[in-house]
Amino acid sequence: MAKIIELKKVNKWFDKFQALKDVDLEVNQQEKIVICGPSGSGKSTLIRCINRLEEHQEGQIIVDGNEISENTKDLEKIRAEVGMVFQQFNLFPHLSIIDNCTLAPIWVKKMPKKQAEELAMKNLERVQIADQAKKFPGQLSGGQQQRSALARALCMEPKIMLFDEPTSALDPEMIKEVLDAMVDLAKAGMTMIVVTHEMGFAKEVADNMIFMDQGQIVEKAKTKDFFENPKSDRTKLFLSQIL
Amino acid sequence: MNLSILKPDKKNLSSFIAAGSILVFVAFIDIIFNSFFNSNITEFLPNKISYISPLLFGLLGLYLIRIEFSGNKLLDKINTNFNSSNFNALLTLLVIFTLIKYIPPLLNWFIFDANFAGNTKDDCTSSGACWVFIKVWLNRFVYGLYPDTEQWRINTAFLILFLLVGASFFVPQKLKKYIIIFLLFIYPIIGLKLISGGDFGLKYVETGAWGGLSLTFIVSAFALILCFPIGTILALGRRSQLPAIRYTSIGFIELWRGVPLITVLFMSAVMFPMFLPDGTYVDKLIRVLIAITLFEAAYMAEVVRGGLQALPKGQYEAAKSLGMGYWRMHFLIILPQALKLVIPGIANTFLALVKDTPLIFVVGLLELAGMVNLAKTNPKWLGMAMEGYVFAGLVFWVICYVMSRYSQNLEKKLKTER
Repeated sequence: MAKIIELKKVNKWFDKFQALKDVDLEVNQQEKIVICGPSGSGKSTLIRCINRLEEHQEGQIIVDGNEISENTKDLEKIRAEVGMVFQQFNLFPHLSIIDNCTLAPIWVKKMPKKQAEELAMKNLERVQIADQAKKFPGQLSGGQQQRSALARALCMEPKIMLFDEPTSALDPEMIKEVLDAMVDLAKAGMTMIVVTHEMGFAKEVADNMIFMDQGQIVEKAKTKDFFENPKSDRTKLFLSQIL
Repeated sequence: MNLSILKPDKKNLSSFIAAGSILVFVAFIDIIFNSFFNSNITEFLPNKISYISPLLFGLLGLYLIRIEFSGNKLLDKINTNFNSSNFNALLTLLVIFTLIKYIPPLLNWFIFDANFAGNTKDDCTSSGACWVFIKVWLNRFVYGLYPDTEQWRINTAFLILFLLVGASFFVPQKLKKYIIIFLLFIYPIIGLKLISGGDFGLKYVETGAWGGLSLTFIVSAFALILCFPIGTILALGRRSQLPAIRYTSIGFIELWRGVPLITVLFMSAVMFPMFLPDGTYVDKLIRVLIAITLFEAAYMAEVVRGGLQALPKGQYEAAKSLGMGYWRMHFLIILPQALKLVIPGIANTFLALVKDTPLIFVVGLLELAGMVNLAKTNPKWLGMAMEGYVFAGLVFWVICYVMSRYSQNLEKKLKTER
């Protein structure tokens, strides 16, 4: 399968603090990767570097054949191909759910309004929230908001989806509805990189698992091996604490 | 002597109410006689006590009727809202007595003793306000020194403006967009041309002759429309990543915010022409408009920046992650939310702007307050300052109140969350 994301020796500092140390990573098309690790280990920073919400200082990040650096001209085009779902949903509170979904297709992809609305409804149905399309984000529950955010990202028809702890801000009973939507998406063949602590989800969906600590990738393994037979002691300790 | 008999309770409800009401009644009679008939019914008391006698009677009366859960609905309402403690009773009485004492003379001055009929100062014979002054000068207060025969042009310009603004509230969304674009970009030129004349067979009227309320509106409207986008751009500039843009914006904002408006206006009138090459001439009114606009834009910039800073970082990140560039992100996501947050601040700046317009008198332009100032120095109308300024104050108050209400409505209308 073709490589779609490639990171080579990526280093990133926040002032003196080194957030990423020599991170190497390859992601193939349709591959699902789950990244886990303790807080502050650099998992979020890693995926935020992939669409350059954070800037890396050293190394190469190549997304779909384009290197991402400060010289990248078509950064917006690349970002349009990389969907992202945030921990805090980040829906636009001044727009209704359907407008949240159609805004970027209309203004960034220059899609006709009618077509954008059809696309939005299709994606809202996909995450089972079509009946809330006319409401504003503030009127929805956390789980509904996160599913709307997922639909909004899908409306750009991205090649890759990044998930930054999508269920961490949700009540326990709402986590499942969001995870279900993500499982459906995975089954449909989307390339996904997911930062999460939901190990049940990881076991069900992930092809590969990555464990990070202190800015480094400590272990990368097939999902089955990762859970049954972790190699490093740090991974074992982490798994014993959360499982 | 057993004082407990004076402690109000439910048992002797009716007698306490009777005694209390009589005392409160006496207090009111006292104050009413005092303020309307100039007679003191408590003259028999020592001077000092007589002076505060209504308060004493009132307090005592209110104390006697302060009976909790009396079962009498009216009494309970009075007790909980106006008479819950001795201190509150005192405040209640003070407020009511002050109103009784000072409202009637004001009303007398404004209406009952005021003069409405006549055409000269000599027609004002009674003691109240001389509204004849306003009546006679009203034309000047509205149109300034604009020639009488040409005033229809101002009327037409404003009539079109109000019709368009009114229409924009009722027409469907799609048409509304065009009306607003027309109002912002094309109408100002047409309106100005209509009022200033010089072409199309219209007689040229120099800006020095413009004045009164119409000039207030012209200056305010232009400054409002222009300072808003300039302020917004300055606010974005101050948050820019590019040092050249950022420091230019900071410098501009701090310069204009640090100078009094009156100084700016002087500069525009006196200093500015010196920097121009010989023979070039920029109209006084245009110079003033630019000065006020830039001055208020600096304030507007800081108001808008406050809104920009209140938005969570996630909104920027979400917009970026959807592939939006700087301008799309700001126009579609950031500004609509930021501006909504700072509607009160924007309204504040706009009101301040409208009330700053009288300062243009320093360059010889006379809007409403300026015309009042001029009229009161007319030898035939000396001593009319009070009427003139009260009138100007009322007009400004009405304008500002309407703007304030509109901003509150806008806030409610745009509220979608949180």
